[in-house]
Amino acid sequence: MSIQVKNLKHIYEKGMPTESVAIEGISFEVGDGEFLGIIGHTGSGKSTLLQHLNGLLKPDEGTIVIGGVDITAPGVSMVDIRKRIGLVFQYPEYQLFEETVAKDVAFGPKNLGLGEEETEERVKEAIELVGLDYDDIKDRSPFELSGGQKRRVAIAGVVAMRPEVLILDEPTAGLDPKAHKDVLNMIEEVHRRTGNITVLVSHNMADIAKLSDKVLVIDSGHMVTMGTPKEVFSKREELSRVGLDLPPITNLTEELRQRGMDIEQTILSVDDAARQIAEYLKDKGHNKC
Amino acid sequence: MLRDITLGQYFPGNSWIHRLDPRIKIMATLLFIIELFIVDNFIGFLIAAVVLGIIVAVSKVPVSYILRGLKPILLILVFTFALNMFMVKGRILWQWKFLHITAEGLELAVFMAIRLILLLMGSSMLTLCTRPIALTDGIERLLSPFKKIGLPAHDIAMMMTIALRFIPTLLEEADKIMKAQQARGADFETGNLMQRAKSLIPILVPLFVSAFRIAQDLAMAMEARCYRGGENRTRMNEMKFKGRDYAAIVMMLLFAAVIIIESKVL
Repeated sequence: MSIQVKNLKHIYEKGMPTESVAIEGISFEVGDGEFLGIIGHTGSGKSTLLQHLNGLLKPDEGTIVIGGVDITAPGVSMVDIRKRIGLVFQYPEYQLFEETVAKDVAFGPKNLGLGEEETEERVKEAIELVGLDYDDIKDRSPFELSGGQKRRVAIAGVVAMRPEVLILDEPTAGLDPKAHKDVLNMIEEVHRRTGNITVLVSHNMADIAKLSDKVLVIDSGHMVTMGTPKEVFSKREELSRVGLDLPPITNLTEELRQRGMDIEQTILSVDDAARQIAEYLKDKGHNKC
Repeated sequence: MLRDITLGQYFPGNSWIHRLDPRIKIMATLLFIIELFIVDNFIGFLIAAVVLGIIVAVSKVPVSYILRGLKPILLILVFTFALNMFMVKGRILWQWKFLHITAEGLELAVFMAIRLILLLMGSSMLTLCTRPIALTDGIERLLSPFKKIGLPAHDIAMMMTIALRFIPTLLEEADKIMKAQQARGADFETGNLMQRAKSLIPILVPLFVSAFRIAQDLAMAMEARCYRGGENRTRMNEMKFKGRDYAAIVMMLLFAAVIIIESKVL
């Protein structure tokens, strides 16, 4: 399973005076089991790109091949595509509608035409995978849950479809720090356990740096750069030009480097930074003695 | 699909029509609607269509944009057309079992369809060429004489502004929810009527929840800015008739006179 996107272009309201090019010339590849992070300024075309990946929008130019199937070709079964590619929208809790949590999570699997037993098994698995207690929550109304819980139930609704590709559009937006951390850990856990391809859009550079194998940067509908987090976050000037920042810890270590501390370039995690700084200080201490 | 609904939408522009006083435009639209009901022959409709055509041309709103607004009422249009065609008694043109088409029925069907189309196009021109704020200011001013008998003119106008303002917002919201449910494998396009009606539940429930949430947020934002209704409020743009407004009144009355004479004479 892999994704190949070639030369994607999409125009909104084609032929109208309000016509605008949303994305243009986007090409990238994601390999089996990889974790892709997408970053970009608000309105840079990230959400438009995501909606192409499961066929909700059709490109005006370009192709998307997922697992050997060109999903932009005419006559491709959308149900098949959506069976394999799960998309979690921004603020997914606003799509909850059923009387109970279990019924709501079952909506996706039911649409896939699965039987009662299989559905129930998947619902149970998905609810537990997103870190909720199945027996405790299954008969409650989704509308009486807390914001973070609602978000998780909504994500479970997509996870229960067991997609081979899971796409999440800012899944932590508007959550408090604890819920943010929980949801993020959950995404990591789902990725690790199912070995799926995960595509994550986020404004949180630290999250992207921590989770991604590859990072794609887009600005006003165009690709700026793509590479490993280390490659991407070493391009500080380029990122700041498109309104993006480094992860806070990288900002700190770069600042320290500029002031003469001899540590590695583009450190992406707090643990790494702590170790490097400790080593540096130890060496410095030795030299003094 | 949802983007096709142009009723109540504003089309930005700076044409002669756009700059007219909203009160004139509201009255003209009302008059146009009344005239469409006075008209009792095809020549009258032809005159009305020409006038509407001129208004559209002057307003510089693309015709395709206005026509898109007709799509949602296509069903009603077909329905009334069919009803008129089959139900009216008279000279029979064609017959099959209990179904029959009469000459009178056909004529009435075409007549009603034209009336409906002109009605919708004419009234959508009002909102297409008038900013929602200006529109409700106009309504408020036109209703203000009725304040004396206890009509809350300002409140009515405010409710209408909000309703108009939220048509595109709710459409966008519905679009988002639809896409989200489609991503979960929901199917809105196939199945029989019952299945299709049932498939709307996953859209309607979240949409209602969203609508209430939006309404609550708006109410809170209005209170935070000390909104207290129409008492003693002044306005940024005072409405005043200008030369073009008087010209428009003359044209309006002329058009009305032509329509009345035409329907009386013929």
